[in-house]
Parts: sequence; C-alpha cells; structure tokens
Amino acid sequence: MDATIATFLIQDGLTSGAIYALLGLALVLVFSVTRVIFIPQGEFVAYGALTLAVLDGGRMPATASLLVCFGLFSFLVDLWAMRREMTGARALRSAMIDLVLPAAIYIAALLLIPLGLPSLAKALLTIVIIAPMGLYVYRVAYRPLADASVLVLLIASVGVHLAMMGLGLAFFGAEGLRARPLSTGNYALGPLLVTAQSLWIYAATIAIIVGLYLFFEKTLPGKALRATAVNRLGARLIGVPTQFTGVTAFVLAATIGAVSGVLIGPITTIYYDTGFLIGLKGFVAAIIGGLSSFPITAIAAIGVGIIESFTSFFFSSYKEIIVFGLIIPVLIWLSLGVGQHEEE
Amino acid sequence: MSADLLELRNIRVAYGRAQVLRGISLTMAAGSIVTVIGANGAGKTTLLNAIMGVIPVSGTILYDGMPMPASIEARVAAGLSLVPERRELFATMSVEDNIELGGFLRPAAERLVTRQMLYERFPRLAERRKQLAGTLSGGERQMLALARALMSRPRLLLLDEPSLGLAPRIVIDILEIVSELRKTGVSILLVEQNARAALEIADHGYLVELGEIRRSGPASQLSHDPALMESYLGLMPQ
Repeated sequence: MDATIATFLIQDGLTSGAIYALLGLALVLVFSVTRVIFIPQGEFVAYGALTLAVLDGGRMPATASLLVCFGLFSFLVDLWAMRREMTGARALRSAMIDLVLPAAIYIAALLLIPLGLPSLAKALLTIVIIAPMGLYVYRVAYRPLADASVLVLLIASVGVHLAMMGLGLAFFGAEGLRARPLSTGNYALGPLLVTAQSLWIYAATIAIIVGLYLFFEKTLPGKALRATAVNRLGARLIGVPTQFTGVTAFVLAATIGAVSGVLIGPITTIYYDTGFLIGLKGFVAAIIGGLSSFPITAIAAIGVGIIESFTSFFFSSYKEIIVFGLIIPVLIWLSLGVGQHEEE
Repeated sequence: MSADLLELRNIRVAYGRAQVLRGISLTMAAGSIVTVIGANGAGKTTLLNAIMGVIPVSGTILYDGMPMPASIEARVAAGLSLVPERRELFATMSVEDNIELGGFLRPAAERLVTRQMLYERFPRLAERRKQLAGTLSGGERQMLALARALMSRPRLLLLDEPSLGLAPRIVIDILEIVSELRKTGVSILLVEQNARAALEIADHGYLVELGEIRRSGPASQLSHDPALMESYLGLMPQ
C-alpha cells in the first residue's frame, strides 16, 4: 500500500464516517430523550435516497403518498385516543397536523415536480416529505408506550423497522436506485481528488452538528430536551410535556435521516433495505458513545468509517464482521466501567 | 376566612395491592402554610406526588374550587410547583440552566425578571450560576430546587422534606425563606419530618399515619399537644 491508496481510503472513510456520525447522533438523541433505540433510523435514510432518485426522474415519489397515509393513520389513532373527551379544538389541531400538513406537502410536490427543479430544491423537497414521518411514527408507535420499559420500546422499534422496510419494498420495488449528485465536479487537492458531493457531505455534517449544538446549548426547547435526558421526572415537574420532547426528538431524527439519505443517495446505489445496514453502522458509533455522548459518538463514527474503508480494501469479505465486532470490546469495557445503567 | 385554594376529598393511592393513602381529605386556605407531618412511610411524599399528578389517584382534588387539570404540565401552568424530596435537579447542567428551565412554561421576558429576583433572594446561586448543579453542596442544591420551582411563579408550592439531610443552620435558613415566601402570596404545603420546625412556621397542621389523617388543627395547638409530640413523633415538648 502506498500513500496515495492510504489517503484515498482515509478520504473514503471520512465520507462514510460523516454519514454514520449523523445517524449516530440521531440515535443518541432519540435514546437519551425517549429511551427508544431507534432501529428504523436507517429506513429514513433509504426513503430519503430513494425519494431523491425518483425526483431526479421527474416523477412523483411514492413517499409523498405514504406520508399522506401515515398522517391519515395517525389521525385515526388520535381520534381513538380522544374518543372519551373529544373537543373541537383538539380535533382541529389533530386534523391540521395529521391531514392538512401531509396534504399540503403532497400538493406542493405535485405542483413543483413538473417545473424541473434544481438539485438543491429537490433535496429540500425530499427532506420536507420525509421529516414529518418522524412525527407520525412517534404518534402511532411510541407515544402510547411512553412509560414502557426500554425492552418494550426496543421491540416496538423492531416492528416499526420491519413495517417501514416492507412499505419501502412495496412502494419503491426491489431494484436499487441512485440519485444524481447535488453538484458535479471534482477538485484536485494535491494527490487527492475530492468530489463536490463529498464536500456537500462534509459541509452538511458540520452544519448539522453546529446546529444541534446551538439548539441544545442556547435555546429553551433544546435545554428542555437535555433536561429530559438528564432527569425525566425533574423535566416533567417543571412542565415539559413528554409529548413535546418525544415529537421533537423523532422529527429531528427523521430530518437527519432524510438529510443522510439525500447525501448518500448519489454516491452509492440504495435499495429498500440498504438503510438498515447504514443505520447499524451509526448504531455502532452510538454504542461506543455509550448512547449518551454526542462528541464520542461523532468521533467513533469517523473511526468506524475509516476502519470500514481500510478493511474493505484489505479483507473485504470480513468487512462487516470487523466493523460490527468493534462493539464487543466496547460493551465489555462499558460493562466493567459503568456498573449499572439506569433501567426504569 | 379566605376561600380554599386546595381541597382533597377521600384521596386513595395504591401501589399494587399496598394501600398507601387510605382516604385523605384536607383543605388549604389561599395564602396559608399548611404542614403535613408524620413518621417515615406514612404516605406524605405520596400525598404530594398525588396532588402534583405524578401518580394516579382515586378521589377528588379541587384547585381553586375547580377540578384539578389532568396532566402535570397543566397543573404547573395553573400554578402548582413541587420541590421533590430528591430535588431531581439536572445534575450535568449549569445552575443557570436549571433555574431558567423552571420557567419553561413562562414567556421569555418574564423569565429574565423572575431569574433576577431569584438571584437577589439566593445570592449563593448567583455566585455559582456557571457551575454544574451536580457539584453543589446539599444546602445549595435545596436552594436551587426551590429557585427552580419558583421560576414558574407558583400559587401553590409543594415542599417535600426541604430540611432532609441538611445541617441545622441551613434548615433554619430554608424554613426562613419558606415563611418569607408566604408574604409574597404563595401558599405552601410543607411535608416535614422535622415536625417542631414545620409547626413553628405553619398555620395549620395535619398528622398522617399509615395513609390516614390522625389529627389536624391549628399549628400552635398541635405543637403544644404533649401527647401528640411524644407518642406520634417521639419528641418531648420543650
């Protein structure tokens, strides 16, 4: 191996590591705030990438109809939940969130797509279509379980993952799709050839990390989310509704998933089930971060990306084994060091 | 006598098959300090959690003559605030963040004013505003818990064992702050193991034993009842 190959591998590792970092951060965010291990995170990546690829073809993505279905289902769950104390205001609020919002997005997509949007606008439209799904997934699958144990929430996550993957197969088919890059072009940086798409990936990752930092450190809703992660009862006592923190965490996670999908869609072919594997790599990083530390998760994700890139060069058939094997020593270390974890 | 701010009618709480509260009824006048005393395990903390909505109860709770709202956040918005026995601070966040979060449901401009007021009342917290809550001493933590609870501008403050684990001198400080608070119009329901100190600042007292109210009356009367002080609380009257 010479230096050129090494730098190429490092660059490749950084690119995928950046995506894993985004997903790892989303997993830590959701877990620390709601105690949900968010296995369906990867599905949002796949939905994002596939939606962008379909938009590139100038067609209406199936996810727009899926969003309307999710909203409708969520509305029915809302109606059922308030069957005993229905008020006009509450029903109207549900209808706005569950019916009007997805319908508006659907109509906007219907009107915008024939105009032949520039790629950045297509990317934004993708995110607008996917992000609200986090809201409905939370409403239907997790909100009724807000007080359940971590294990029950994990089982619910497996269910949501399988359901969303199945819907992905039904709506997008078994064939893989690849989106067009946000911008084309290469920049020579000494011996390195950096693609414009990987620059987008680095920039978006840094922007999201800075954005999350500012949200959690400087805004009251962000602090309330942190407070919930630190002390659930304390946060409830100051009047932070469980529902507010849940919705915010899931919508953020879905948004991050959609952004990751938009970023990764143009550099690799995405199938309906690819998201799961990508999400798991983010999960490895989140585990190394103890499902609680954002900085350690981000650094670990870069490490996972680089290790993956080197192992796929040297022992490609053992690539996944080595990457997933990383968590075993970490789990042993965590079990020795921390002692008991909180299990409510 | 002023109108009742809080009225409990036949409140029952059970954890599984264990009955913790067996039909508690009490009333509390607006602007008063009422104390609930009793031995460990009598159900005092459960009573406060029931009023705050942390645990489900059967029975009726009236607040300001109206049925109590269902959720905790609606109760906070209506003017209830609980300082729990274990404080439940946000240990890895700064003192300032803890205080600010206490005003989660209040408008931003009001939060600034209230925070400044609280810093004047608790200069120790102002000095340590950048410090993490988890690094404070026991007395400072209690002050922070109190300050956080006051950020929501409560009408009814529920205090669970504010003197627990604190040095006697700090207990006096804390109870002094509590009786100062009443002058600002806050009604206080105080649960205390330190019965003598609690009865000293309270208007009215209830003695709870095994989930039931055994005695109630004006605080001055209860604290001069030698039989009560001796047999229920194991304290000799001075």
